[in-house]
Amino acid sequence: MSEGEHSGGDRSYVVTWFWLLVITILEVAIVLVKVPRALLAISLMTLALMKAALIMAYFMHLKYERLSLIYTVVVPMFALAVILFGFVGPDALSVRHLRTR
Amino acid sequence: MAAGVADQQQVLASEWGGGRSPFAVGWPKFMMWIFLVSDTLTFAGLLAGYGVMRLSLGRWPIQFEIFTIWLVSLMTFILICSSATMAVAVGAARRGDHPRVLRFLLLTVLGGLLFLGMQAYEWTTFIREGARLFGNPWGIPQFSATFFIITGFHGGHVTGGVIYLLITAIRWSRRRIQPESVEIAGLYWHFVDLVWVFIFTLLYLL
Repeated sequence: MSEGEHSGGDRSYVVTWFWLLVITILEVAIVLVKVPRALLAISLMTLALMKAALIMAYFMHLKYERLSLIYTVVVPMFALAVILFGFVGPDALSVRHLRTR
Repeated sequence: MAAGVADQQQVLASEWGGGRSPFAVGWPKFMMWIFLVSDTLTFAGLLAGYGVMRLSLGRWPIQFEIFTIWLVSLMTFILICSSATMAVAVGAARRGDHPRVLRFLLLTVLGGLLFLGMQAYEWTTFIREGARLFGNPWGIPQFSATFFIITGFHGGHVTGGVIYLLITAIRWSRRRIQPESVEIAGLYWHFVDLVWVFIFTLLYLL
């Protein structure tokens, strides 16, 4: 593999593993200290996306691939997130308002 | 003109049959990436369905009183560790360190089996408490339905991954496969870990 020499070797895996662990502990800690619901949702989603980015960039080596492959994988995910949060989410909330009315 | 025709014939005869390898990866690895993107859509559909049900109902059992958060955190920890050992196996395969690949592939399989064992224990406890696919003692049938379907679908992916990794390990020990095959198996295994990140966050923590 041509990208082998740029990937940082086992050390980068240990560092990634360490940060994934730290973020997981942080996630559980946030739930245990009981913060307001909206803040909990936002911080948990941010931390989950950070974990996902770490796994994709270093474990799945996406960071060392050609830009065309990175865009092929990441752009659909981004579009999907926009559609789900922008359209499906508000729909679910409007169903709830119809039910409680 | 003649050079153009010759060029086209060369491209058509190549593995890609229609392009100059625009992604600079072999086709098996690219196919795995395409599969993973489509599999993401499957899980996104399941998780979006779960979110819609939960939001539209407006009430939901408190997961902390039902699931053991420490057990689920430990499952998450094991899956992260197995992803790290898989990454080390892929790195060793690239360097051609034959025994190290086998050792770390088997460690990854062990992590997968531990995860599956703990999930089986969790399901057993949940079912003993009265949870069924279409009903549960907490009064919201969608709660156990989404739990069984989503964690079951993920567990199925882990089971498939364990079998895939075992086959990869056997084929590697017989020197039947190239380092790229180990890397492709690794992509699948990391994806399973990636999906669990969101299941852990959305089903258990939020």
